[in-house]
Parts: sequence; C-alpha cells; structure tokens
Amino acid sequence: MNGLKTFPLGGVHPDDCKFTAQKPIEQLPIPERVYIPLSQSLGASSVPIVNKGDKVKTGQLIAKGEAFISSNIHSSVTGEVEKIDEWIDTSGYRRKTVIIKTTEDVWEEGIDLSKEIKREITLTKEEIIQRIKDKGIVGLGGATFPTHVKVSIPQGKKAEFLIINGVECEPYLTSDHRLMLEKAEEILIGTQILMKAIDVDKAIIGIEANKPDAIEHLSKIAQNYKGIQVQALKLKYPQGAEKQLIKALVNREVPSGKLPIEVGCVVQNVGTAFAVYEAVQKNKPLIERVVTLTGNSWHGGNFWVRIGTTVQFLIDHCGGLPTNIEKIINGGPMMGKALVSTDVPITKGTSGILAFTSDISRRVKIYNCIRCGKCVSACPMGLEPVTLEKAAENANWDIAEKYFVLDCIECGSCHYTCPAGRPLLDMIRLAKNKVNQIVRSRVQ
Amino acid sequence: MSIIVYSLLALGGVALLFAAVIYFVEKKFKVVEDPRIDEIQEILPGANCGGCGYPGCRGFAEAIVKTGDFNALFCPVGGNDVAKKAAAIMGVEVQEKAPQIAVVRCNGSHEHAPKKVTYEGATSCAFAHMLFAGESTCPYGCLGCGDCVASCTFDAIYMNYETGLPVIVEDKCTSCGACVKACPRGIIELRNKGPKGKRIFVCCINKEKGAIARKNCSVACIGCGKCVKICPYEAITMTDNLAYISFEKCKLCRKCVSECPTSAIHEINFPPRKTDVKNTNEVEA
Repeated sequence: MNGLKTFPLGGVHPDDCKFTAQKPIEQLPIPERVYIPLSQSLGASSVPIVNKGDKVKTGQLIAKGEAFISSNIHSSVTGEVEKIDEWIDTSGYRRKTVIIKTTEDVWEEGIDLSKEIKREITLTKEEIIQRIKDKGIVGLGGATFPTHVKVSIPQGKKAEFLIINGVECEPYLTSDHRLMLEKAEEILIGTQILMKAIDVDKAIIGIEANKPDAIEHLSKIAQNYKGIQVQALKLKYPQGAEKQLIKALVNREVPSGKLPIEVGCVVQNVGTAFAVYEAVQKNKPLIERVVTLTGNSWHGGNFWVRIGTTVQFLIDHCGGLPTNIEKIINGGPMMGKALVSTDVPITKGTSGILAFTSDISRRVKIYNCIRCGKCVSACPMGLEPVTLEKAAENANWDIAEKYFVLDCIECGSCHYTCPAGRPLLDMIRLAKNKVNQIVRSRVQ
Repeated sequence: MSIIVYSLLALGGVALLFAAVIYFVEKKFKVVEDPRIDEIQEILPGANCGGCGYPGCRGFAEAIVKTGDFNALFCPVGGNDVAKKAAAIMGVEVQEKAPQIAVVRCNGSHEHAPKKVTYEGATSCAFAHMLFAGESTCPYGCLGCGDCVASCTFDAIYMNYETGLPVIVEDKCTSCGACVKACPRGIIELRNKGPKGKRIFVCCINKEKGAIARKNCSVACIGCGKCVKICPYEAITMTDNLAYISFEKCKLCRKCVSECPTSAIHEINFPPRKTDVKNTNEVEA
C-alpha cells in the first residue's frame, strides 16, 4: 500500500471498524411523525412557507432559503403540518422545526420515481445550478454547505478539477461506501452533471484503500465516462477533509483562510453527487439520505432515512438499544457530536448514528501537558494545538489568532493522539469561536 | 599627580555637560500631569479589576480627572466612600449610589433540575454553552463549570458541589461585574443590595414556555403571571414567559414570593416566616 497517494502532514490512524460495510442499504419505513428542522445547512435558516394545518405531499417545498448561503427544505412525507414549533436539535437547544403528521406517501407531481437510469444530461449549466438550488441540495459529507453556492464559481476564478470525496475516513461510517457500491452509475452521472455546472473536464474520485470493492466497481464503470478518474488513497484520517483531499489528489495547498476554488478545485461528497443526479435527472428534492447505524458492540446497518425521522425511530426499527449503551453519537466518532436525547431528528447532515458502550465511550482522565509534541505532529493543518489550547485557557485570543486558530478543521487528531488526554479540541473550538467573533467585529 | 587632575577635570567636564543636557531636556520636554490623578489613584482600591470599565485603577483615575463626571464613572469596589473622597479632590458633590451585589439567577440544582446527560468536555462554561444545552438540558440554566468563579478577583464566588450552583459570598462581593461578563448565559445579574441586604428576585432566566421549562427544572419560572397580578407596586414585568422584578420599584413586600407556584422567586436576608419557602440558593453572610 506504500505507493498510494495521501496528504503529507500529520494525520492519525484510528481503527476503521467498518462493521456494516457488507450490509446493503435498506429502506426505513416512514415514521408516524417527522420533525424537519428549518436550519439544516450552514448559513441562515430557511423561512417556512407552510402553515399549521396545511396538507403537504412528499417532495413539496415547505421552507425557502432566502439568504445567499441558505437552502430550500422539502417535506419528506405526505401528511398534515401539525405545528411549526421549537424542537430539540443535536445539541439540546430548541430550534424552529416543522412537525408533520404522516398519513400516506404521495409524491409531488413531476418527480420521476422510476428505477431507470437517465444518462443524458439535457439541462444547461445555469439550469443545473438553479435545479440544485431549488431541490435543496447541500453537502452531504457532514458540513451541509449549500451545493449551489459551491458550484457557482465566483467571477475571475476558474475551476480545473472536480474532486469527488468517497474517502469516508471516519471510522464506523459506511453510508458513502454502500452508496458507491449500489448507486455507482448514478454517482458518475451526478459527477458529470457537476462537471458541466462548474465547467471542468477532469474529475477525480478519491477513495481510501480500505474499500477495494468500491474502488474496483467505480473504476470499472468510470471507463465509460470521459474525464472521470478513480484514485485509491492510503488509509489515513482526516483524508476526507477538503484541504487534505486536494493535497492528496492534486498536490495543491489551499492558502490559509481561502477556499478550494483558489487552487482551482471544487470538492463534493459522493452522496452529494448522487443527490445532484436525482435532483437534475429525476427532479427529486433532497428528502432522504443514507444513514449508518452501528456501534462498537451492536450493528444496525445502512438505511435510506427520510429527513426528519427521529433517531429513536431508527433505533426501534433495529430492535432497540442494548442496555449497556452509554453514548450515542451523531456523525463519525472523530468529529461527530454526542446526542442529548434520541428524540432528535435526522437531518441532511447526519451520516451516521453510532452507539457506544461505557468501556470505550468515556473520556480519559486529564493530566498535565507533558510537552511531547504529539499533537503538533498529528495536526494535518500544521498548527500547534498545544499553543492554541494554552492561549484559549488564558483567554489570549490575539495569540490564538496569530497561531492561525481559524485554520483548524476540527478533525480531532490532536485530541485523539494526546497521551495526557487533554481537551485540546474543546479549547481550540472555543478559541475559534471567539476569534471569529473578534474578526467579524473588526470588519464592521 | 597630574594624571589625577587631568582625569578629574575631563570627567567633571563631561559630567557638567551631561547635567546641562539633562537640565535642558527636563525643562523643554516636561510632561505636565494633573497631580489629582495620583491623588485619586491613591484612594482607589488598587485591585485593577476592571469593574469600572477602564483598564485598571490608573485608567479610571485619569478618566475622572478628564471628565469629572461622577454620574457615569463609578468604582463599584470602592463604592460611595471612594466616590466621595474622589469628589472632594475634584471639588464637586456626588449623589450616593445604592450598593449593588451579584445574584445568581438560576436554582437548577441537581435536585431541582436532574442531570439527563453527562458532560465530560473541557471545564469551561463558554465552551459547554457553545456545545450543548447543558446536563439538565435547560438551555438557560447554569452549566456549573465555574467560569464565574475563575473570573472573580475578590474570591467572592465558590461552587457548591452539592447543588452544582455558584454561591456569592455577600461580604466579599464588590459588584465589579466580572462574573456577569464571564457567564455565557447571562445568569448573574447585579442588583441593588437593599436595606440590610434584603432583596427579592426571580431566580430563573428561562424564556421557554411554562410546560417545557418545567420539564427540565421544577423551580423554573413558568410565566404564569401570578406575581405580576399580585404585585401592588407594578414592579414585576413579564416578557417572553419570564418574570422580572425591577429592584427600583420593588418595595420588598414579599407577596410575590409566596404566590409563585414553582418557588422561583427568592427572598434573601429576610427574617423567617411561618411557612418558609425552600431556598437552596443560599447566601453566606
């Protein structure tokens, strides 16, 4: 495996634990009630256009993204809007949510539900971007950045590569892996659509070497598609991070504080490519996604889940949680967030729900920093987590800014590698938040 | 012998020359500073806590001499005594300000707001506030990591580990406001101390609807409005399902305290009544 590409700086090697990689994606039944949060993408939350008591169909627009960085939201079921009220999100804070009581499953007209694969791309570049915007497509890798913003190349910039992220470097998660195996053709067509939208003729799909079946399968089909290349990558976390993936695949470095377009790259997740295919070719909005349900001692599988289904419903479908589960995480084990309640809905950004038993879920005891420098060598961005943590502890925000705290991608490699168990990432996140506030107030 | 004479003359000459230069520079570039700044700094507490809004006591002294506005400038630590002395130096009269004290407006102890999740992250309220709603899942309640304790320069706050809430030490609190700034949830408020330290306040800042607030915490303000109705002085206002008692209008009649169905209104330093309200937000005298 030594000849494979990877990023040069830092990184860690957590156990990959892909227990559900061989479980095909199952369709999860539609729940009795869905809770669709109005803030599902980065940027401003969407504005609801339905009222209490309205009848909605599956795929109907229920909230509009009016700000520049914001996305449309569609109903994932057919039924009646019970209320628009506050409901807990992953963090336990209450956010505006549309609660819909399900009656049946009738799709909005104009949505092509056939299984047939539509290869021909008829829409023009502008129409594609408009369609992506209308259908509420966001980055499905976890950051949920609105895709239409990403594919609208700013003036004066030119994209050279489209990079499709099939790395899935987070342990446990297998949703992208299964999608690549089961929907390979669609992903490749989606890639072509995205290539047309950003006007490039080269696309690279990066996949980590622990998914040989997906690499083989995609490479075989990709031969029929011009300009799409599948590249195997060495196993290393956080390869799936935008900047690291660009470095690994095309050996370019995104400058500090800049976006990938600066070096001529646009990065999209494989899940996003599939959603783009469905939106553009089938006119289907983003109302369901693949979610991996797994854990260290208990493995549910991979599911097509309607947006707004509660975590509890998903767990109940798999026969309920074993009693020894102590922690449930939304997302991957490295970057995901522990849930405060299982009543939390699954949103566009939920790639997995992981359940852990107490023996591995607890944090280790915190000792003093021994200045071993492990965090510095693990940081894929070349930062000094130890310095940043100290700065945050002493509320020294200007030092944090000077040491590029804003470049931190919050991958957690420093925290993972720290032998003293120090909460490095916690403090760095705090510093990032404060420095961001300071920088913003400076602009105004 | 002549070597000594020559060197004395040479060095003496150099010394005289430098003395002349120093004399000239001292006269020419003299910094004129109001002597009152030093005088006022003398009488200030010297804690450099920043409670006045200026960087340290020197900054405050300079501001007083510059503006002379005793209404806007106040040293909360020194209080009225310092204000009077400083005013005497400036040659003006000052009006007395009511002494204030910090109050913790959350009673979500482990007993009242049971823990639903366990937090193991960094011991920092600011971070915990960013991360999640809190161990009791009340998004307004005290997070219990002690940012206020760390911010206090006067050692006037400590954590009561039985309740998980910070406690203000009445004698030590100078109402500098550092803890008010440190608390990411804005739970701590500066209120008038009141006669003999008597004060009444709503010990909750939860703005959620009553039923939701009550689910997380048994002593939350549920916004029922009973206190507003019973208050004879119109001192209580209700905004966003939360009652607030204006300490300027409150006459300390204590009618609202017994009226509150969730015991969210606290009275401090009052003589005990026959039916005493259970009060965990203690104050150390």
